[in-house]
Amino acid sequence: MPEFMTEWLSQNDIFTAMTLMEYWDGLVTTVHLVFLSLVIGLVVAVPLAILRTVRNPFVSGPIWLFTYLFRGTPLLIQLYIIYYGVAQIPGIQETFWWVVFREPFYPALLAFTLNTAAYTTEIIRGAIVSTPHGEIEAAKAYGMNWFLRMRRIVLPSAARRAVQAYSNEVIFMLHASAIASVVTIVDLTGAARNIYSRFYAPFDAFIFVALCYMALTFILVFVFRKLENHLLRHQKPVSS
Amino acid sequence: MFDLKGYGPALAEGALVTIELAFFSLALALTLGLLGASAKLSGNRLLVGFATTYTTLIRGVPDLVMMLLFYYGGQVAVNMLSDYLWEAYDIDFFFQFDPFISGVVTIGLIFGAYMTETFRGAFLAVDSGQIEAARAYGFTRWHTFRRVMIPQMLRHALPGIGNNWQVLLKTTALVSIIGLTDMVRVAEEAAKAERMPFHFFIPVAAVYLGLTAASELFIKWLDKRANAGVVQGN
Repeated sequence: MPEFMTEWLSQNDIFTAMTLMEYWDGLVTTVHLVFLSLVIGLVVAVPLAILRTVRNPFVSGPIWLFTYLFRGTPLLIQLYIIYYGVAQIPGIQETFWWVVFREPFYPALLAFTLNTAAYTTEIIRGAIVSTPHGEIEAAKAYGMNWFLRMRRIVLPSAARRAVQAYSNEVIFMLHASAIASVVTIVDLTGAARNIYSRFYAPFDAFIFVALCYMALTFILVFVFRKLENHLLRHQKPVSS
Repeated sequence: MFDLKGYGPALAEGALVTIELAFFSLALALTLGLLGASAKLSGNRLLVGFATTYTTLIRGVPDLVMMLLFYYGGQVAVNMLSDYLWEAYDIDFFFQFDPFISGVVTIGLIFGAYMTETFRGAFLAVDSGQIEAARAYGFTRWHTFRRVMIPQMLRHALPGIGNNWQVLLKTTALVSIIGLTDMVRVAEEAAKAERMPFHFFIPVAAVYLGLTAASELFIKWLDKRANAGVVQGN
């Protein structure tokens, strides 16, 4: 280790084992929150995207409205509405749901899930709509019914077209999750804010946490690049 | 229609703050984006490296963390500078780093990085024959840039600028967290005091929705104008 590093480490009062543990717990909360909301959001978004392409306006209309509302307003407002709003639902305080929603984690999870579901629905819908017509014709000519066609032809081919936009959405969600700290969740940003206010050391607290987020972002970028290479293998030039 | 319990004027003022913040940030972002894209395409190694570092760093860090860093860190930096100036030169200099400035700087820096990518793509989309023709007419580099590249690039950049603007508008809500009294902040205080979250947050959400819908229409109109002379291929 270079000398200035050892000197800095021996003089520093901020990055002790205690604060590093706080950051670690924050990291676990962030990853937990983002991972759950992305998985649930994706599971919700696939059927919504399929229904959004249905011609019947009574089916696709409400889904359009859902995505329009959630994409047209800031996530922070959605979080506030859910976080402060659930307590106001008459009678909820006597039910089982109050035990769940009294913790800030679950309102945040709900807000993030709905938000990412709205964006993901539009991404997948775009990919489904742009399926080459010939692929669908060929599937029909083979006598595949709607369900089989969806499962074997449309969705796999849509997944290839959606993966790039979806990777952006995942990174966007990771960054957006920082606002969980405003509803008293101690995620990575929450940990940084606590440590900042304890030591009044904004640069140490926030630059460290920025580096943590950056590392997470680069890991995601790397994973998605691998996934893209895997899914788009057939498009590689023959020579390489 | 709505009984805003006397918070109406404060909310309206907050909405104005939001819009001002968004416009100032957009101006900064467009400037930085143009500079960043020019740097990336300049071919000068130092400039390319600088611009690439800038866009990579910004895109790896959450907007809220950057905002907190600039808001709290900015004040500490100003304090350090003013202490130094006082001790070394007897200059009494102080400057309060307010949330509005930190908001504009942060949002401008973040979207400057996204605009850099937008403008870079748009510059690359300009037909190279146009640049050759400009050179053949004896235009200097600067003239080629200003008279040929910029007007033709804007057409390609417009959809990207529109998307960035829509995201930027929603990002302004974050500035309420560092204490700027924009409409989100007013609504939050009102909702807490009156214990009526839906009552105050839903109108604010509607204002955002109205702003994004209006911007969408405006961008469509601009796009139509910018592409007026282009024969559509399909």
